[in-house]
Amino acid sequence: MEVKGSNKGTLKRISGPVVTAVGLDAHMYDVVKVGNEQLMGEVIKIQGDNIIIQVYEDTSGIRPGEPVENTGLSLAVELGPGLLTSIYDGIQRPLEVLMDKMGDFIERGVSAPGLSHETKWDFVPTKKAGDEVGPGTIIGEVQETNILHRIMVPPNVKGGRIKEIKSGSFTVEETVCVLEDGTQLQMMHKWPVRVPRPVTEKKNPDIPLITGQRILDGLFPIAKGGTAAIPGPFGSGKTVTQQALAKWSDAEIVVYIGCGERGNEMTEVLTEFPELEDPKTGKPLMERTVLIANTSNMPVAAREASVYTGITIAEYFRDMGYDVSLMADSTSRWAEAMREISSRLEEMPGEEGYPAYLAARLSEFYERAGRVETLDHESGSVTVIGAVSPPGGDFSEPVTQNTLRIVKVFWALDAKLSQRRHFPAINWLNSYSLYLDTLHDWYDQNVSAEWNTIRAWAMEVLQKEAELQEIVQLVGSDALPDEEQVTIEVARMLREIFLQQNAFDPVDTYCNMEKQYDILKTIRLYADGAYGAQKAGVATAQIVALKAKNDLPQIKFTKDYKADLEKIVANMDAEFKALREA
Amino acid sequence: MKEYRTITQIAGPLVFVGKTEPVGYGELVNIVQSDGTMKRGQVLDTSDEIVVVQVFEDTRGIGRDSGIRFTGETIKMPVGRDMLGRILSGGGKPKDGGPDIVPEKRLDIIGAAINPYARASPRQFIQTGISTIDATNTLVRGQKLPIFSGSGLPHNEIALQIARQSKVPGSDEEFAVVFAAMGITKEEENQFMADFERTGALEHAVVFLNLADDPAVERIVTPRLALTTAEYLAFELGYHVLVILTDMTNYCEALRQIGAAREEVPGRRGYPGYMYTDLASIYERAGIIKGKKGSVTQFSILTMPGDDITHPIPDLSGYITEGQIVVSRELHRKGIYPPINVLPSLSRLMNLGIGDKMTREDHKKVSDQLYAAYAEGNDLRGLVAIVGKDALSERDRQFLEFADLFEGKFVRQGHYEDRSIQESLDLGWELLATLPEEQLVRIDRDLIRKYHPKYRKQGA
Ligand SMILES: Nc1ncnc2c1ncn2[C@@H]1O[C@H](COP(=O)(O)OP(=O)(O)OP(=O)(O)O)[C@@H](O)[C@H]1O
Ligand SMILES: Nc1ncnc2c1ncn2[C@@H]1O[C@H](COP(=O)(O)OP(=O)(O)O)[C@@H](O)[C@H]1O
Ligand SMILES: [Mg+2]
Ligand SMILES: [Mg+2]
Repeated sequence: MEVKGSNKGTLKRISGPVVTAVGLDAHMYDVVKVGNEQLMGEVIKIQGDNIIIQVYEDTSGIRPGEPVENTGLSLAVELGPGLLTSIYDGIQRPLEVLMDKMGDFIERGVSAPGLSHETKWDFVPTKKAGDEVGPGTIIGEVQETNILHRIMVPPNVKGGRIKEIKSGSFTVEETVCVLEDGTQLQMMHKWPVRVPRPVTEKKNPDIPLITGQRILDGLFPIAKGGTAAIPGPFGSGKTVTQQALAKWSDAEIVVYIGCGERGNEMTEVLTEFPELEDPKTGKPLMERTVLIANTSNMPVAAREASVYTGITIAEYFRDMGYDVSLMADSTSRWAEAMREISSRLEEMPGEEGYPAYLAARLSEFYERAGRVETLDHESGSVTVIGAVSPPGGDFSEPVTQNTLRIVKVFWALDAKLSQRRHFPAINWLNSYSLYLDTLHDWYDQNVSAEWNTIRAWAMEVLQKEAELQEIVQLVGSDALPDEEQVTIEVARMLREIFLQQNAFDPVDTYCNMEKQYDILKTIRLYADGAYGAQKAGVATAQIVALKAKNDLPQIKFTKDYKADLEKIVANMDAEFKALREA
Repeated sequence: MKEYRTITQIAGPLVFVGKTEPVGYGELVNIVQSDGTMKRGQVLDTSDEIVVVQVFEDTRGIGRDSGIRFTGETIKMPVGRDMLGRILSGGGKPKDGGPDIVPEKRLDIIGAAINPYARASPRQFIQTGISTIDATNTLVRGQKLPIFSGSGLPHNEIALQIARQSKVPGSDEEFAVVFAAMGITKEEENQFMADFERTGALEHAVVFLNLADDPAVERIVTPRLALTTAEYLAFELGYHVLVILTDMTNYCEALRQIGAAREEVPGRRGYPGYMYTDLASIYERAGIIKGKKGSVTQFSILTMPGDDITHPIPDLSGYITEGQIVVSRELHRKGIYPPINVLPSLSRLMNLGIGDKMTREDHKKVSDQLYAAYAEGNDLRGLVAIVGKDALSERDRQFLEFADLFEGKFVRQGHYEDRSIQESLDLGWELLATLPEEQLVRIDRDLIRKYHPKYRKQGA
């Protein structure tokens, strides 16, 4: 018997998260409902009559012969008021709703829309009847949290002249605007996650994302709209760094994706963020945050989807003209999900079993970052920061290598540093930022005209120290010439005072640019005083043992540090003076 | 129940069955041998042409004449309160001569994931009485913290000491131990059982034993049975459960064996590409649920092949667990017990469970300072080997001596020495006091004033 294509077919084979259906009319990436329980899946391969589907839920107990139904739609997210403060799984099912429906454990076969379709939001139009609108034009606003949620014409809607626009309280499904050609617009629209949302133009990222992390802002800054990778072995600080960025970076919206990582880490974000304040606005951090949690023990296919769900939500807020930052912890788990699915498909494996398209997928993802002119001619950005978890901490593996080929900033975590509790364990010798040149002027104008010079000086000292350490390893530190012993001391101060930053100290966790500059300046002051004293014949041991500088580390943990710092500087001066005169 | 005699192929632990009615993925399978013995397996792949069954026991005796019965349901286990005090096989059958478990419930052994929204953050300090854990790698209730060890090292002694001494200071809630052995030797089994019996721990323990000479593939289900039991005790009966899984390396070897039999494309060093996901389905079954009384704390043991922490087994585990306690051969050779190397050890949940009102306000800073000083002293040992002690500065010499003191006094303790957290922290201060005060840059001034022995003595 000839199987005729239709939107209904039957299952032929089930092998974990990958199933095969026959008799189904399907296109690539169509969303399908699998089995009697209608589990959600997505078509990922078509081979003659065989339609191969990845299923976003556990497939235990599903049998050949059960029905499969094609929805004809692509995997899409719901975009509109209600996103902020939410926590979703990889396919945008709200975890809170799932808990209400099925209890403390995630069972399968439950669907839940990404946005509440019942909640009413106050819509305030910003356009009026007769106005001409196009794709992406903002037509109104909703005060969602402390964030103003801008409602736009979906980018795939042609637009036209407004016939009627309402004001008042509506659900996300109710029509708030009608165009002359009869098009009805709601506050919510759907967007397929695998398709980047269009923009008018990509611009050059030339404003830093200020993170409050000294080693990042100070030595290896990332631009708003830029891309960064943070690779490191387990326990080196990927998650803590990503969370610090989610907390303190001066983005207006944060999308945090827990991709194949620990459940407790997401719980921690959920309990901690509502208590924390945005240092810029003073508002609870949670109000600007969207969380995606597809933990390591949740279905792998949904893990694969989670990064797309996240970046689509990020692009949506960008299209409102916001600066969005997106953290993905960890992109390696995403790559592994691809590998797992690919091996079930019996595809020809590439390097280390990863599919040959790994590099392409990674670059497509990071390409969705950027500083843009939106369709509505506003400026917005998506900054993407991806954690990478290389097996054995070995950066030569495919995911790290393919990521480094794309991203502009590399924060290299180092187990040797984390083991000695030097945090953040970012190795200052291997890390780099390709944005230094483009951000030069910003620092010049917004921090200090001296900033770029002093930054370069600090890098130089640290590099010099690394060379000197090699000599020390052979002959011991006492054998170094006097001047270089001072360099070693200055480098120690840079490391212990400037670079080390405790993410768990209530004050040190965030350090604004002014304080960063003050600390660097003071270390520089010590260095100048030290070399000067040395020229004047003061013994190195006395210079290195200068008492006044012992108080400097405390500045990090002091909120109103200015007075203390002045005292330290004055004491340093006085002590050097006394030494020179003695 | 229909019985098929359509086995087409047997390879390692896998049996291929042809021409069946629709069979569910993951279904439990009974295999009846011609001599009447029954074995169990699970469906790994199902289609209208062929069904692949993974057998949990030895395939010896299975042939084309064996009968296959598909049970129509995924693997479930009977659980009940009367499991406490029982010894079961790695496949969950009574091994102590006692009666079958009276099931209060039958639960799917592939536990569903806890909804992250339903979790509560683990933050209750567990005192193990071991300084290198309590002071510098603190364990909290609901954490998963494995021991990374090597063959021939005293990880069992450490695990037993922890099981003996662990308590939440000031609480006397009901607790239980679930112990799952995978591929351990008879001798190791005796060591555990003797200690459980002597201390009376057995009364509130459930023991699953898969020994070295038991079928390797059974190890795939053993930890799942143990964790299903633990979740039942914790989240339905309200116990605080400590789960000890040993040895996870044997579990991973069984996983590799099945992958090889399926002719899968292997991942790193021959282990399946999905090993991370598979291990996560075990390790993630720990934690606390909002509004529920009990908790599941996981303490697994794994031996690192070749003492290599970058080997896929410890590596993938470390990426999932909430830290690790690393046992060092070098310290063991020096005769130090417990030979815990704090440098690569880590407790990720420590910050939530320590500090004022939980342990002591100086805890975090003392820990950081001990680490920094020990790491520095330890580095200098390499240098001394090259340039000799004389080439060191005074400062360096002090750190070098600190490292020795740290190992000799802080790390080293007796098998039955149960130090309170105050004792451990005070010991830390005593050692830090051998360094010049201005070198204690990780500790705030006021804490130094309050806890440094120099000022304490003055005050007293
Ligand atoms: N980024 C850093 N932060 C702090 N200390 C560092 C850093 N880089 C180097 N050091 C110091 O120098 C020592 C050796 O440096 P590093 O570990 O980078 O050298 P390596 O060449 O990788 O060593 P090995 O050859 O043993 O692998 C470290 O143990 C540390 O004391
Ligand atoms: N900036 C920091 N300040 C203090 N501690 C840190 C910092 N970064 C990391 N840590 C410590 O390192 C541990 C591991 O960090 P984590 O981010 O979870 O590592 P990863 O994600 O790379 O496995 C944390 O639990 C914490 O104890
Ligand atoms: Mg992490
Ligand atoms: Mg080297």
